[in-house]
Amino acid sequence: MTRVTATKRSTPGAPRAGGGRRRPDHGAWFLVLPALIPILVLSVGPLLYGILLAFTDSQSGRTRPTQWIGALNFRDLLHDTLFWESFRIGLVWAVGVTVPQFLLALGLALLLNQELRLRWLARALAIIPWAMPEVVVGVMWRLVYNPDAGVLNETLRDLGLGDGRDWLSGLGTALPAVIVVGIWAGMPTTTVALLAGLQNTPRELHEAAAVDGAGAWRRFRTVTWPALRPVALAMVALNLIWNFNSFALVYVLTSGGPGGRTRLPMLFAYEEAFRYGQFGYAAAMGCVMVAVISVLLALFLVGRLRAGDDT
Amino acid sequence: MRTSTTGRIGQYAALLAYLVFLAFPFLWLLSTAFKSPRELGSPHPGWIPEDPTLDNFRQAFDEQPLLRAAGNSLLAAVGAAVIAVLIATPLAYVMARGRTRLAKAATGWVVVSQAFPLVLVIIPLFLVLKNLRMINSLAGLVLVYVVWALPFALWMLVGYVRAVPAELEEAAAVDGAGRLRTLVSVTAPLLVPGIVATGLFAFITAWNEFFFALVLLKTPEKQTLPVVLTHFIGAEGVADLGPLAAAAFLATLPSLVVFAVIQRRITGGMLTGAVKS
Repeated sequence: MTRVTATKRSTPGAPRAGGGRRRPDHGAWFLVLPALIPILVLSVGPLLYGILLAFTDSQSGRTRPTQWIGALNFRDLLHDTLFWESFRIGLVWAVGVTVPQFLLALGLALLLNQELRLRWLARALAIIPWAMPEVVVGVMWRLVYNPDAGVLNETLRDLGLGDGRDWLSGLGTALPAVIVVGIWAGMPTTTVALLAGLQNTPRELHEAAAVDGAGAWRRFRTVTWPALRPVALAMVALNLIWNFNSFALVYVLTSGGPGGRTRLPMLFAYEEAFRYGQFGYAAAMGCVMVAVISVLLALFLVGRLRAGDDT
Repeated sequence: MRTSTTGRIGQYAALLAYLVFLAFPFLWLLSTAFKSPRELGSPHPGWIPEDPTLDNFRQAFDEQPLLRAAGNSLLAAVGAAVIAVLIATPLAYVMARGRTRLAKAATGWVVVSQAFPLVLVIIPLFLVLKNLRMINSLAGLVLVYVVWALPFALWMLVGYVRAVPAELEEAAAVDGAGRLRTLVSVTAPLLVPGIVATGLFAFITAWNEFFFALVLLKTPEKQTLPVVLTHFIGAEGVADLGPLAAAAFLATLPSLVVFAVIQRRITGGMLTGAVKS
């Protein structure tokens, strides 16, 4: 039933424009299936399967058949202090990367939106990190942070600010150090999205406000920001999700060390699944991550949208 | 609108600070790649290599099977890009032109699937591919990459399809061309630049991908470049910096070149409207 209606509606102007010659049109399904099947088999299917796995004792390489164990995995997770510690680190990382990155990217986007010389060069350079493999970004920053041959400690020594330290293996410095890398790596996406948003703000309004004598800050508050808000909110929400789920950068930089100080939830779940073979338990972690992130995001978005209504 | 001179100077200073922040890690990588072992061990490493050498590159190729890894990466990335574009273009067309429930469902899925942590996807995929005997195979990896590249590919392509005026297709329909005929001979040619850009973007994503490759490829003969790169870093986190930097630099080159080709299109596409000013 639904198929028929879907097909009919999916034929846009063509048959109507063709006059009375209405013939059954199976073109739409022919066009849709090649993409739909892989999405169903390799994306929707595995996700549902993954959620089911969370309620089993599935393990890698064992001979006994997998059994349903109800919510046992989740009950275990509740008392798994290591997991919740990793969860906390994940939240600190996600917020610590997203917020400064947003502010920095907003500044850069505002600059790139001005008519400055060399703007083309700045735009090209600003998006280069986008093209790099995350592993290379990690390697690059390992070279920067290297205690002996790294440029950071060398610069500190030149400036007479002490001998520097081993940033990535210090208990106190490891998480801030990887957060800086996270900020750096995500700058291009956020900047380009905000720049696109900026260029949709009405230029005439801006000029009118300037004529009325509004300063730069007031023009930003009253003209730019209202137009930019939807893009900004979407970007922050997406970045929070992406960062919370990120893996490769920190895997290359610290593999979660020292002493678990940078073990993001994804690293924790990866080890649980592919080092210790606890598929069911790791799937349960994945479910908890989705659930908590959805709730936090819903709260964030509802809160921001409501704040927007008041002003 | 005029900005005061001090304001201008401030803006340039800020821009310069941004550029330094964004560029210095890459410049340091380059510098490290060309330094001699003696200089890498010195207590005062400088920005410019004192006696530039290609030894690090030679050593990198000796230590790890970089060429084979690059071949694997190329195969996976090209395969994923071609298949993704072939199957995404028709769906994107339907999504852009029709207002079917299906198109809405697909769009919704594209958004929702972004929120799920990969671990929830990779465990079932691992089990499924294992049953199909496609673990440790590039074919299995390509399949995964195709699905993984689809959301963004669809999003880009829908935009490009919308840019082709529907009137053109209606005119073709008046002339008696069927739906498929219209798509192939009228719409597709106009979409070619967009399809190429989307394919190149999918290529970069697959070339750079690490997590799936790490989980799915077990033997060194099958592994892709990002995975092989991590082998330069020892278990204790100690790495031979010169060869590591050289290999990392080489692994970035293909994406940088492809990126340079589509860069204008990506920023251009996202920044339409800016052109007039």
